[in-house]
Amino acid sequence: MSLPIRRRHGLKGECLMIEIQHVTKRYGDKLAVNDATFTIRKGEIMGFLGRNGAGKTTTMNIITGYISASRGTVLLDGYDILDNPREAKRRIGYLPEIPPLYPDMTVNEYLRFVCAIKDVKRSRIAAHLNEITELTGLGEVRRRLIRNLSKGYRQRVGMAQALVGNPEVVILDEPTVGLDPGQILEVRRMIRQLGEDHTVVLSSHILPEVADVCDRLVIIHQGRIVAEDSLEHLTRAGENGRKLRLRIAGPEAEVLQTLRETNGVQQADSLGSREKDSVDYLLQGENGKDIRAAVFHRMAERGYPILIQRPVDPDLEDIFLQLTGDSGEEA
Amino acid sequence: MLAIWKKELQNYYLTPIGYVFMGIFLLVGGVMFYLGNIMGMTPSVATLLGNLNYIFMLTVPILTMRLLSEEKRTKTDQLLITSPRRIWDIVGGKFLAAAMVVLLTTCCTLLYVALLSRYTNRLYPAAIACNYLGFLLLSLSYVAIGLLMSALTESQVSAAVLTLGVNLLLQILESVFSSSSFALPAALSFLRPVLSWFSLYSRYNQFAAGRLSFANILYYLSFIGLMLFLSVRVIDRRRWSEGG
Repeated sequence: MSLPIRRRHGLKGECLMIEIQHVTKRYGDKLAVNDATFTIRKGEIMGFLGRNGAGKTTTMNIITGYISASRGTVLLDGYDILDNPREAKRRIGYLPEIPPLYPDMTVNEYLRFVCAIKDVKRSRIAAHLNEITELTGLGEVRRRLIRNLSKGYRQRVGMAQALVGNPEVVILDEPTVGLDPGQILEVRRMIRQLGEDHTVVLSSHILPEVADVCDRLVIIHQGRIVAEDSLEHLTRAGENGRKLRLRIAGPEAEVLQTLRETNGVQQADSLGSREKDSVDYLLQGENGKDIRAAVFHRMAERGYPILIQRPVDPDLEDIFLQLTGDSGEEA
Repeated sequence: MLAIWKKELQNYYLTPIGYVFMGIFLLVGGVMFYLGNIMGMTPSVATLLGNLNYIFMLTVPILTMRLLSEEKRTKTDQLLITSPRRIWDIVGGKFLAAAMVVLLTTCCTLLYVALLSRYTNRLYPAAIACNYLGFLLLSLSYVAIGLLMSALTESQVSAAVLTLGVNLLLQILESVFSSSSFALPAALSFLRPVLSWFSLYSRYNQFAAGRLSFANILYYLSFIGLMLFLSVRVIDRRRWSEGG
C-alpha cells in the first residue's frame, strides 16, 4: 500500500532524509546486515565506514532499492522504498562500486538515456547535462565512447549519472577505489561541492578517505552498526593516549630501553632508522594518558634529543579496537 | 518504457547484432525463397513463411540473448532498478525493441511477396495478411521465450543456447505428439489434446491456412504476456533472494 501522505520526522527541527530501521539481510545462514538502525539528516555528508565485506555495499543496495531487506524498513524523505518505490527512488542518485556504464554508448548518449529514465524534462536535458558535465569535468569527452575512456573518466561518468535529475540524496559506494592520488583529490573536491546542496552518503574502508569530507560517520562491522557519531567523538577517547611517532638521536637499544621505562608508556617499538644517527619509534600511551611531556623530560635528562614528535592519527583499526575489542584480523 | 525501448533499439544498430541478425535471416531466407518458391514453382506464401519461421526459430536467440543477461553481468541493472522505472517498464521496453527488429526484418520479406505477385494472380491480400499476422505472433513468442531465458542467466551464450533448446523442444514435442503413429501409453493419452491445445505451432498452421481466429490471437498474446510476466518475476525474485 502506498500512502499518499508524506511523513516527516523531525529531530530538533532537523529533517531526516534517510531512516534505516532494524534492517537485516540474510544470505544463506550468514547475516550480511544485522539489525542496522541509523538515520541521515538532510544536507549532511555521512561516511559509511567498514572493512571489505562488512556489509556496506549490501546496506547501500538496500537503501537504493536494488535489493530488498529480509526485515526492517528504509524511509527516504518519509517514503518507504518498498511501498512507494517511485517516490523514494526519485530522490536518490546512486553510484555503485562498479559504475553502471554502457560501453557502446558515448558519454552524451549515456547521460541522455539516464535523463530519460529519471524523468528529467525534455526541455531541461541540455542545460542540465551542461551543468553536470561541468561539475564532473567531463566537458571534453562528451562525444567519446565510454569504452575508450580511462578508469578515472569512467568514474566521473558514473558520478555524473548519479547527479542526473538533481536527486536530494547522492549515494556513493567506494567512489575512490582504484583511482590515482590526483583523481582521489578531485573526487573529494566534487563530494565537498555536492555536500553544499545534497545529502551525501559515502562508503569507504579507509578512514582518512572519509575523515576530512564527512560530517558524521557510521561504522559497520560484520553486518552490525557499531558506532554512529562524529569523527571527533569517535576518536576522543583515545585522543590523549594517541600513538606518538618520534625520531630520536642516540643509540637504538638504550633509547628504546629508556622509552619503555618512562612513566605511562604502554608500548614502544623501533621503526628503524630513516635519518643518519637517529632512529624512529612508535609509542603508545596507557589508556587516556598524555605521555608527550613525560617522554620529552626523560629524553632531555638522558641527553637524547627528540628531532621529531608527532601524534599518529587513529586509523580504522584503532577505532575498531576501541569499539569492538576486535584485534583487526579478518574473522 | 520508451527510453529503454529506444536505448535497446539503438544498441542493436550500434553493435553488429542487429546487422548480423538481419543479414543472416535475409541471406538464408533468400536462398529458401529461391529454392522453395522459384525452383519449386509455387506461389504459396504459406510455404515461404513456413520456411522463414524456422530461420527465426534459430536466429531470434541471437537477438534476445544479451537483453537481460548482459545488464546483470555488467551490473548495469543497478542503474535501471534503482531508477524510478518499474521492472515492467524495463522488461517491456526490451521486448518491444527486439520485437521492432523482428518486425523490420519481416517487412523486408514483403519483397518476396511482391515478386511472387508478378508471376501469379492467385495471391489473396487478406489471406496473406492473416498468414503474416500468425507469422509475426509466432516470431514474437520466440522473442518472449528468449527474453525469459535471458533473465534466467548471466551469460549470453547460455541464454542463446537455452532459448534455442526450448524452441526446438517445443517443436519436437509438437510433432511427436501430434503424429498418430507415435504410440502414447494409455495413461498419458490425455496429454495429446492438452499439448496440441498449448502448441505454439498448431495454431500457427491455422493462420497459414487463412483462418483468422480471435482465440488464436489471444492465445499468442497471452503466451507472450506470460513470458514477460515470468521475466519480471525472475528479476524481482532475485532482489529478495537470500541464497548464499
